[in-house]
Amino acid sequence: MSAPAVVKRRRRFSLSDKIIPVFAGLAFLYLMIPVAYTVAFSFNKAGRRNLVWQGFTLDNWRNPCGAPQVCEAFANSIQVGLLATIVATALGTLIAIALVRYKFRGRTLANLLIFLPMSTPEVVLGAALLAQFLSMAMQPGFVTVVIAHIMFCISFVVVTVKARVASLDPKLEEAAADLYASPWSAFWRVTFPLLVPGILAAALLAFSLSFDDFIITNFNSGSSFTTFPKFVYVSANRGIPPQANVIGSAMFFAALLLVVVVQLVGAARRKKLARG
Amino acid sequence: MSIAAALSTEASAGPVGGGGAQAQPVRKARLGAYLLLAPGMVYLFVFFVLPIFALLATSLYVKTPGAELGVYDPAFRWQNYLESLGAYYPEILRSFGYALVATVAALVIGYPMAYVIAIRARGKPLLQGLLLVLVIAPFFTSFILRTIAWKQILADEAWVVAGMKFLGILPPDGRLTATAFAVVCGLTYNFLPFMVLPIYANLERMDTRLVEAGGDLYANGPTTFARITLPLSMPGIVAGTLLTFIPASGDYVNSSLLGNNATTMIGQAIDRRFLVTLDYPTAASLSAILMIIILVLVMVYVRRAGTEELL
Repeated sequence: MSAPAVVKRRRRFSLSDKIIPVFAGLAFLYLMIPVAYTVAFSFNKAGRRNLVWQGFTLDNWRNPCGAPQVCEAFANSIQVGLLATIVATALGTLIAIALVRYKFRGRTLANLLIFLPMSTPEVVLGAALLAQFLSMAMQPGFVTVVIAHIMFCISFVVVTVKARVASLDPKLEEAAADLYASPWSAFWRVTFPLLVPGILAAALLAFSLSFDDFIITNFNSGSSFTTFPKFVYVSANRGIPPQANVIGSAMFFAALLLVVVVQLVGAARRKKLARG
Repeated sequence: MSIAAALSTEASAGPVGGGGAQAQPVRKARLGAYLLLAPGMVYLFVFFVLPIFALLATSLYVKTPGAELGVYDPAFRWQNYLESLGAYYPEILRSFGYALVATVAALVIGYPMAYVIAIRARGKPLLQGLLLVLVIAPFFTSFILRTIAWKQILADEAWVVAGMKFLGILPPDGRLTATAFAVVCGLTYNFLPFMVLPIYANLERMDTRLVEAGGDLYANGPTTFARITLPLSMPGIVAGTLLTFIPASGDYVNSSLLGNNATTMIGQAIDRRFLVTLDYPTAASLSAILMIIILVLVMVYVRRAGTEELL
């Protein structure tokens, strides 16, 4: 038995060692309590005024479309979210590749144009777009909402994919070139597959931003088109049906499941790679 | 920065051609770059830049004499700005005040969370993954539903108020719902993940050997934190505070669901003027004022905090 190479440092007792995790634990609790409320009240035996606990029931989960308009609004949100995600992810990925891989005139301007929408409050974005649509005499509705969502998702896609492009080893593409791959096939056979996780993360982010947006949607949806957050907000005064909580909770669990599966797949793949 | 960065560090955790930024093969083929940029940039120009100009133009419009509601003539009526400021300066000040308090609260609550995820959970990928999921997952329940949940939690008949009254923290006739406290609490809550994720993304990259070196030089825990960890995490703090402060100052969901008539924020005024009373010039000038104040604050703040690492 040889002596251990590294002598373990004797940990001095420090109060902060204990306080910080406890404080962070309380903070996580703070973060989760409203989520727990939302989930709990999806099981409430309540009608339209779902504010006070009336007793446990599974009826709301059995019949999530039981309340008028809930499912219609949900379907609208999914449609808008999918369309906005596809377009914003495509446009944003192209920009990200250009920003990392090319040197060109107008780079600063391009970066500024990506940064500004993220640093403008939603009311301003919403009001500006509505002013534009009004001056173009465009009726607010489904189309204007999709246009707005694509706009505010692009920047977040660019930032996410950019980080991924920057972390790629350029030698891989050089190796492909050495093996007589054309730049086109080197991109599609080598670079693109490596970008996929970043692109997927960006798409997930874009979808969640779009699905949860209320303020910009409220400005640009007109009176007849309703998304899920808008439905919840508008019905807040008259009382929100528990079916809305069912949909909110289901989305939460679906997202949780998705992230856990992605994590486990990633862990398995890492293990496999480590084993060689 | 942002959720983006955190999500992407998540996604790029695998050993893909080594970690960290690589020296990229910088190509000079400008045409290629412009072809890649064009679709997205044109989109942002048409649906972001032009609308901002449309907003600025609208802010100077003048009411068409004798016309129905919501009809305006293009003009350069700079008085609109003075009138909007005069009518809404309390809302403007209140918005920035609430946003400031919420940002500080989110920093105090969020920094230890980011620290625990990035430093204490380092080397335990499962725990780290779980904690990160807990930060991101609330995004997926609609934030309006979560704000309504706060309304329930802070309601007069709920256990929080009852408990505080029992402990004497709150007077017997006191309430939490429909107060400024509730609004700030909701703002802090809603934008907390935007604070945690950039700080996490920053601390995650930090070399903990620097802290050990501080310990070797006989610095105690608080000193190494103040002299090493905190300064190194400044870019994360700057990104996090901006991502919390900017949306919080423009938000009106929290103030309208959790507040009362004395807690209205600038977003509410813009929303009402634009969508209810169809007073486009006032709404547009208020939006412009909000945007200008934020841009000035951000520039001063970023310059003082001395970080260019925002993008």
